[in-house]
Amino acid sequence: MSASLSSRRSFIKKMAASAAMTAAATMFPGIIFASEQLTGISNGSLDWKKGPCRFCGVGCGILVGIEEGKAVAVKGDPNSSVNKGLLCVKGYHQTMCIQAKDRLEYALVKKNGTYVKTPINEALDIVADKMKETIEKHGKDAVAMYTSGQSTIPEGYVASKFMKGAIGTNNLDCNARLCMASAVAGFLTTFGADEPMGCYEDFDHADYYVTWGNNMAEMHPVLFSRMLEQKNKRGARIIDFATRTTRSSMASNRSILFEPQTDLAVGNAICYEIVNNGWVNKTFVEKYCNFSKGLTQMGYGLEDKYKFSDKPTKINFEDYKTFLEDYTSEKVSKYSKVSVKDIKYLASIFGDPNKKVMSLWCMGVNQHTRGTWMNNIIYNIHLLTGKISQPGNGPFSLTGQPSACGTAREVGTFTHKLPKGVVMNPKHRELAAKIWKVPVERIPSKPTYHTTEMFRAVDRGDIKFIWTQAVNPLVSLPRTSRFRPGMKKKSCFVVVSDVFPTPTTDVADVILPASWHIEKSGLYGNSERRTQHWDKMVEGPGDTTPDAWMFIEVAKRMGYGDLFPYSRENHVEEIYNEYRQFHEGKKHGMAPLEVLKKQSGAIWPYVNGKSTQWRFNAKYDPACSNGEDFHFYGKPDGKAVVWQRPYEPAPELPDSEYPFWLNTGRVIEHWHTGSMTRRIPVLHKGMPHSYLEFHPDDAKALGIKNGEKIKVTSRRGSCIMPASINERGLPTKGQVFAPFFDENMLINDVTLDAFCPISKEPDFKKCAVKVEKV
Amino acid sequence: MPIKSYLAHPFDNKKEELQQALSLIKGCEIIPAENENVLVIVTETKNDEEDNKLKETIEKIESLKLLALVSGFNTPKK
Repeated sequence: MSASLSSRRSFIKKMAASAAMTAAATMFPGIIFASEQLTGISNGSLDWKKGPCRFCGVGCGILVGIEEGKAVAVKGDPNSSVNKGLLCVKGYHQTMCIQAKDRLEYALVKKNGTYVKTPINEALDIVADKMKETIEKHGKDAVAMYTSGQSTIPEGYVASKFMKGAIGTNNLDCNARLCMASAVAGFLTTFGADEPMGCYEDFDHADYYVTWGNNMAEMHPVLFSRMLEQKNKRGARIIDFATRTTRSSMASNRSILFEPQTDLAVGNAICYEIVNNGWVNKTFVEKYCNFSKGLTQMGYGLEDKYKFSDKPTKINFEDYKTFLEDYTSEKVSKYSKVSVKDIKYLASIFGDPNKKVMSLWCMGVNQHTRGTWMNNIIYNIHLLTGKISQPGNGPFSLTGQPSACGTAREVGTFTHKLPKGVVMNPKHRELAAKIWKVPVERIPSKPTYHTTEMFRAVDRGDIKFIWTQAVNPLVSLPRTSRFRPGMKKKSCFVVVSDVFPTPTTDVADVILPASWHIEKSGLYGNSERRTQHWDKMVEGPGDTTPDAWMFIEVAKRMGYGDLFPYSRENHVEEIYNEYRQFHEGKKHGMAPLEVLKKQSGAIWPYVNGKSTQWRFNAKYDPACSNGEDFHFYGKPDGKAVVWQRPYEPAPELPDSEYPFWLNTGRVIEHWHTGSMTRRIPVLHKGMPHSYLEFHPDDAKALGIKNGEKIKVTSRRGSCIMPASINERGLPTKGQVFAPFFDENMLINDVTLDAFCPISKEPDFKKCAVKVEKV
Repeated sequence: MPIKSYLAHPFDNKKEELQQALSLIKGCEIIPAENENVLVIVTETKNDEEDNKLKETIEKIESLKLLALVSGFNTPKK
């Protein structure tokens, strides 16, 4: 089908207008453009194909307009309950990167220091030969794979089967370790089951949205617009609790700022107030909660080969109450810089039995050296008040990447994970071995390298072959100042699959040209447990190949062909149907592919043809079997755990030599390391480079003006970037902030590779730096 | 043939003045917000040169405080 030029131009004008209105909606609460907003975009005569957005974990439904085999337009899918036809500025423009001039269309193999264009089959031969040779010479744990929360479900599944089932090594981890690992550890320790219990429909019911260190207006703009809509329509209130004033703060009813790392203490102070004001939902707590404490003073993982295992001990409510005595509002206010009044206000929101409250968080809580603890503390607040697993009442851990849930967490592309369960559990290994048709002994029982340690092992020379996909670690890892030279060492053969050149492809021995999102079929799983499928929409250029198919081709070349009996044309469907077997049952059943092809996704557990919107609540969740109203069936006794987790300081604090906190993050225009969005002209123009944000008082004291070049230095490295004062965001005094999307200004050369000892997720939000004019 | 959208922020109490000035410019469609001090502008021009000139014209309007580009598309001429 084709559209006339005039109708197409008219369509594009409407799309441009929609993009601007969406951008405005993220800045102004409840903004109205009257009839223009309702009119939306006409269908035109393009051939529209449905799928999920390529970018964040919200998982908006998109419709891609195809004309003569090319993607020419994108609009929000009005049938998607996630976004109801809306998209953010990245979403509208996503397909514009495909035709970038420097697209990787053919394999490149480094020969005598120069990249040589190589047929894909030849390049895959080289990869397979090198991987096999490395295993023969150095053992199977000398090879590693590093994948992504942007890999599709079939890609993650094949990667896991290849590494753990075929080769027999747990050297598989993914970049979701950098964003969601603390959320996973939080869910598992508190509930024994990963991923949120609620869904996006919670937004339509909540009276309060408390955002914990979470700039949703820029990072989850479509969900933020749903909150703003409810704020405007029903008077729902947004409370922003953060270390920096952002667009989210400005659109909130109340912005409360805290000193970095003290969210732990404020969270406990909220619990103190709940307990001491009689706001505990006693019936709920007595029926459905246990109390535990774990080890403290765990360290921060700064040394290579650091190991930690928590040792939980059961306590009772009275023990917990005594522990909270250290966290009175008055005591916590002194070091958190949050007023007593604000702490009590926050507690009163949760304490009011007549108000429904959602907590929302993402990187601020997860990228934290006590990230698991912080997740636990937020759950404590909801468990103590019984505000959980009900429409509008619940803790909602937002995910960052489009399939961090679907691929990284559900398929399990972490070193310790299997598609169901963990490698440490013999029953889980037996199930995997049965479905994969491999001897159970081949799946190792011990996890090996989490992300930070994996790249430390590359630097040490312990890993001699690494293959990365849909990920750009030399921009996104903490402390890239160590890992870039590490990856360049001759001791490790580096294979990088990607769509565009990046600083990571710069160090590769072989670069494999990957298919982009709509050039292949796939499935993603979003933040609300929604699995979404899409069919291939356009042909990719040159030799571009889906990552899953490249794994399969290499596996075949290494002699594992019988384990990967899939067809090129239909491998996505065949793999998904195999994968579904892992999750059969009421607790995690996945929707059949034919259902996902018809509708804009389905939420698991998918039971008897129906999505489960609120888990653990017997009214909605068929897996509840204890005869009570709630059943936290992830734990053997059906009870969730209230954890005693203290405040402990960050590993590196500002001092006289390095007097500022450095916080890093993202901006609305760019997706992560910018390898896609910086190739979309309108987004690149909107935010052409990174910057270092100052509080105006700090800038004045240092004589720094807007745009002046500033060198920001830590004990690990430095980076030069222009100063930004009173622009996008406003850090608190004594703090600077930099987005990490810019490969020409590598702020992660400066950050610290400290991590949460339980989740192993690094903290990108806190380290000490000094600044000087250049 | 560039099509672009912008958010135009007027100075305080100058929204109507800005809307009036924009309505006189050819190739410029305006969608004012009903309840906020901002307007969406969609521009359509024949080529990049014309697009740059149009942008310069808009930026000269005295009631305009800030013009922020949101979206840009280029369509084939034929």
